[in-house]
Parts: sequence; C-alpha cells; structure tokens
Amino acid sequence: MKTNLIPAIRLTVVMLILTSVIYPLVVAGIAKLAPGGGKGVTVEAKGRVVGYALIGQKFTEDRYFNSRPSAVEYNAAGSAGSNKGPSNPDYLKTVQARIDTFMVHNPSVKKADIPAELVTASGSGLDPDLSPDAAKIQVARIAKARGLSADRLNQLVEEHTKGPLLGVFGHSTVNVLKLNVALDQLK
Amino acid sequence: MRSELIGLALLFGAAVGLSILVGRYLSRVFGCERSLFDWLAPAERVLFRLIGVDPGVSMRWPQYLGAVAVTSVVWLVLAVVLLMTQAQIPVWNQQNIPSMEWTLALNTAISFLTSTNLQHYSGETGATYFSQMVVLMFLQFVSAATSLTVGVALVRSLRSQTGNSPGNFYADLVRSITRVLLPLSLLVAIGLVFAGVPMTFAPYDSIKTLQGDLVSVARGPVAAMLPIKHLGSNGGGFFGANTAHPFENPGMATYCLHLITVFLLPMAFVCFVGYYLNRRKLGVIIFTLMTGCWLLLTIPIMQQEWAGNPAISALGIDQSAGSLEGKEMRFGTLASAFWCGVNIVIPAGALTSMHDSYTSLSGLFMLLGMQVDAFYGGVGTGFMYLFLYIIIAVFIGSLMIGRTPELLGKKVGQTDIQLATGVIVAQPLLYLGLTAVAALIVNQTPDDGAALGWLGNRPTGPDHYHGFTTMLYEYVSSVAGNGSGFEGLGDNTPFWNLTTALAMLLGRFIPIVGTLLIGASLYRKPFVPDSSGTLPTESYTFGALLFIVIVIIGALCFFPALAIGPIAEYLTGAT
Repeated sequence: MKTNLIPAIRLTVVMLILTSVIYPLVVAGIAKLAPGGGKGVTVEAKGRVVGYALIGQKFTEDRYFNSRPSAVEYNAAGSAGSNKGPSNPDYLKTVQARIDTFMVHNPSVKKADIPAELVTASGSGLDPDLSPDAAKIQVARIAKARGLSADRLNQLVEEHTKGPLLGVFGHSTVNVLKLNVALDQLK
Repeated sequence: MRSELIGLALLFGAAVGLSILVGRYLSRVFGCERSLFDWLAPAERVLFRLIGVDPGVSMRWPQYLGAVAVTSVVWLVLAVVLLMTQAQIPVWNQQNIPSMEWTLALNTAISFLTSTNLQHYSGETGATYFSQMVVLMFLQFVSAATSLTVGVALVRSLRSQTGNSPGNFYADLVRSITRVLLPLSLLVAIGLVFAGVPMTFAPYDSIKTLQGDLVSVARGPVAAMLPIKHLGSNGGGFFGANTAHPFENPGMATYCLHLITVFLLPMAFVCFVGYYLNRRKLGVIIFTLMTGCWLLLTIPIMQQEWAGNPAISALGIDQSAGSLEGKEMRFGTLASAFWCGVNIVIPAGALTSMHDSYTSLSGLFMLLGMQVDAFYGGVGTGFMYLFLYIIIAVFIGSLMIGRTPELLGKKVGQTDIQLATGVIVAQPLLYLGLTAVAALIVNQTPDDGAALGWLGNRPTGPDHYHGFTTMLYEYVSSVAGNGSGFEGLGDNTPFWNLTTALAMLLGRFIPIVGTLLIGASLYRKPFVPDSSGTLPTESYTFGALLFIVIVIIGALCFFPALAIGPIAEYLTGAT
C-alpha cells in the first residue's frame, strides 16, 4: 500500500492542477468572447437591466403576461421544483386554487382551454417560457387592462414565438420577459 | 408531437454514429496504437515524470487493485477536508457559503468519488465556486477516468491470450483524462459557452425585475463542469435544478449537445469492446440488446407522461401537451421523458425535469432501469455489470446443453460463477435492506413519520406508496451509481447522508472488485479455441438467452419491492 501512496498523492496534485485550474481558466478565457462575456445575457428596458434572457421572472399583475407558477417564486439563487407527487392531495388543492384564481382574473376564458403549464410549477422554478397558446389565452385580460386591441396583442405574441430548432427539435415557445418588454413599448 | 419524435430519433442516430467513431478511437488509445492525439505524448511524458510513474511497467492484479483503492482513499480524504472547510478558503468564494456539516461532506465526497453524484446540497447555496471546481468537478474527472480505466482492464482480460496483467493503472488513468475526457470536455464546453451557458468567476448578480422585484441571480463557472458531468456518467449539476436550470440548459441546441455527451462514452465503450477484442459481432449483439431494453423502458415513460396526470385532467383543464408539473417549456414533455429514460439506464442521473412529479408507472420504469444498470450503463462500469449477467447466462446456457461453461475461449470456473452471483445479489440486498430499515423507522415514528421531515409527499391516510417509492428510489439510485432522486425526500439529514453514503460505496466497489477478480481469473487460464460443442456467445440466440436471464433475475430480485411501491401507487391511484 505504501508504494502506492506517494504516486497517488502526486497524481492527485498534477491532475488537480490540470483539470481544476488550467482547464476552467481556459474555458473562462474563451467565454469572454461569447455574448454576455460568460456572465449571462441580460435584457434591458426603460434604460436599465430588467433581467436575464434565460431566467424567468415573476409576473402577476393583470397588465403583464403572467409566467408559470414557480415553487421558489422565481428566486434565481435557489432553483427547485415542487417535487409534488402526481396524486398528492395538497398538491391537487394548490392546482385547483391556481385554476380558480386564473378564472377570476380571466373571466372570458373557458376552463377547458387553460393550458396545464399555467397551473403547474416548472422543474427549475425559473422557466422563462410559455407556449404560444398560454400567452394568447391571456390576451383578453391584457387588452382590457391596457386598452389595446386583441388582434395587436395576438400579433405581438406571434412575433415573439420561437419555433422548434431546425423544425424538429422541441416545440414553439415564447419568452415571457421579452414579450412583456415589447408589450410595454406598445402604445 | 410527430416532429419532436423525429428530432429525438435523429438525435439518437447522431449519438450512435459518433459512438462508433469514438469506440474505434478508444480501441486505438488503450491498445497503444497510433491515434489522433499522439502529439500530446511529450506533454504526457512530463506528467508521468511529475507523478513518478513509468507507463511502460505493467502491474499485477493485486497491485492494480491496490492502486485503485489507495487513489480513492486519497481523493476521499481531500474532498471531505476541503468541503468541511470551504467557508474558510479565500479563493473563488464570493458568496460566503457555509462549510458543509460532516455527514453532508462525507456523503458528497463519497457521492462524487463513486461517480454517483447524489446531491443532498443545492449548488447555488451549498457549494462555493472553489468547491465546485476543485472538489466536485475534479472528482467527476477522476472518477470517470477510474470507471473507464477499470472497464478497459476487464476487457483486456477477455483477450484470447493468457496473461497476468491488466496494464498500468496510473498510465491508463492519465491517458483517460488527457486523450479522452479533457479534449471532449473542452470541445463541448466551448459549444456550451457560445450557446449561452455562463462561465465566469464573477459573483451572483442583483437585479430589479420588470415588475419591480429585487432578485439575486446565481451564475458561475458552469460551462466547464457540464461536459464532464455528462461524459463521465456523473450527473452532478452546478445548480440545484440540474439540467432543468436555464443556465445549464438554455434550449434544444444545448439539450441535444448534452444528451449526445451522455450517450457518447457508454455507447462508445460497447463499440470499443467489439473493436479491441476483434469481435465485432459480439459488440453488435450487445449494443442491440442494450438499445432494445432501453427503448422498452423509455417508450412507456414517454407515453405515460404524454397522456398526462389523470388527476389533473379530472380538474377539467387542457393537458394536451402532457404532464407538465416539474417540466420545462423549452423541452416539453416528450423530450423531458426521453432524457429521463436515457439518464436512468446510463447512471449519469442528470435531470431536465423533476422525477418526483412523474406519474406512478413512470416511476416503475425508472426503478427498473437503474436496478439493472447494464443497458449502456456507466462509462466502463456498464459493461462490467453486463459482464456479470453474461457469466450467469453462459453458465445456465452451458448447463442446458451439458457443456463446461466457457466464455470467449476461457473456461468459466466455480469461483467465477460464485463471484458473479455474489455481486449480482449484493446490490438488491443492499438497497432492499436499507429501504426496509428506513420504512421501519417511518412506521415506528408516530403520525407516520411526520416528525422526521423525510417525506414531502405525505398522504392523508396510512398508505405510503409514493413515499415508499421515494425511499426505494433513493437507495436504488445510490447503489446503481445513478444519483438522481425524488427531491421531495428530506435527504440532507444524518440518517440519509450516512446510509446512502454506505450504499454508494458498496454499490460501486463491490462490482468493481468482483468483476476484476473474475477477469483476472479468466485471463490467467489457457485459451481454448472454439469447437463444435462450444456454446456460441457471438450469436443472437445467446443474446436472447442473455435478455431472458436479465429479465428473470430482475423479476426475482426487484418485483416484490416494485409491487408495493409504484405498482400499488398506480393501481390504487393513491400517493
């Protein structure tokens, strides 16, 4: 065993420097050339940074497109999902409460049309996207809150819909923050 | 839906194509033939001189196992010490994260040492950038290199010569890193960086959102860690939400890149076996078996999730996009379920969605995939587990035709069969035993274990199917080296930290030691060419026999526990 101890320790030190010092510093250096300089790409509005393009935010006001429920209230320093099992009675009560709240804020919407993502929490708690249907179902409420035409709002959603990658990977999504920034600029 | 399935099929095809290329490359590297990165040889000579090792010297088996053991102990001690003092280390520590308590530090260190990457802490709040890079990512590299190295040692012992050495552990370990893991990691990391994954040592940012809330945004040296997390079948994410976090996985481009890196080395290893032993047909048969079984497990999960959660459909809303609790919109239900299927047969155990929120039958297939742990499996170790099933299948098959059991020209003896059986049985014994202990404790605690704080999904009645499944999953995941978990479990408690640490340690080293001992014994035996009476192992009939053996062993070992866990949960619609 002793004959292995010194080589093991020397191996550890050498590999440590190679994989944990040199390698990450090289990657960090290359990252400075990427958009955002490796720190994350931000979104700006009203002359200031209002968020990160990839990180979801809480939107609960009637005049904004609301984002998905989040088990961590969009705390971007503590990502997590709800981890509720599929038939957990407390969880189902929460979902029912979310449906009821949605119906109160969106009286013109039929319950059978509500997409499941609007009443279920995302895995990371920071999901920045919605499906185009989930955005369009909120158009009636926002049109009334802001005094804008529903057609104009639907068009806005379509302009901000990103299709599946190369047509076959994934499906269409809308980034809620960018959509709301564009919404604020509409007059 | 159809376009998504086409995309996933294309992704799988690309992974297979790349694996064949990498498999051939591995065969060159470990066969010491000319290969792509030979220009690194002078730098490697410097490394070998610094370590004080002569790569040309072959080790004998006991010395080899000793080297595995001693390096593991050194890494373990280093990791525990650094994690327990991480608050005091002045480098790369801007967030003032506290040091880990000793059971958590021990659990985390063992977890990353065994390539399991079970995380009872959450990256953003529990680990400094220093720990992520110097402890966790370092262990991801060296544990993956160890897995690859011992897998190669086993395959070397299946050659048709007679010999007594698996090679030089240190030389293979270093080459695993310099020729395989580092180049691939660097390539993938560059791709990730330009796709939007952060790579910075700057501290967390504080912003005011559009609606006016103040939010702290975690980031860090993420892009460096992710490639090795997937390549090495590790799975430990930078953030708590793992690959569901938008900074780890911004969209489908990174999803595809990540999934290919998960598939790559485990698949390539099977191709490596075929090329290195010059038995291409055996490689193809094994690859086909693994692919078929993986599909048998993944397709039901995708179907179950796409059908949605019946309890939510009963609330009267639109669930046409599948069950979305715990899933991310940019991937959707099908891609998330597909990723889940891949990450339970390959014990990377990374997550793009929360498994605790999957439907009950999905839980059944997840458990099955982890329990067998031989369909692709981990880099190197997957083939080792399949090798054990092959020994049993050869034994049973040969008895059926009245011949002495023989594998690739070497007689399989009594000790070999005993070792193989022992290792195969040891794993279910471990996780079933530990689950029984945990379940007993929950039952003995008043109010069905409320005071323990273990089970986040507590039913209103005494039936604990989902809770039982949660605890079973944690132990199966630990023994299998997977590392995913039902995160509704309150796992950062001394009981769970210490019991899963034991499970991970035994679950990793019993199979490694067991298979290497069998390999050593086979290698020493004289080579007997095939005769007309030999049970042919390079045939699809043997492949079918192997499949049946796996199913029978699986049914006997796993089904009783599965019956009182996910199956009961499904049949009663209860938690």
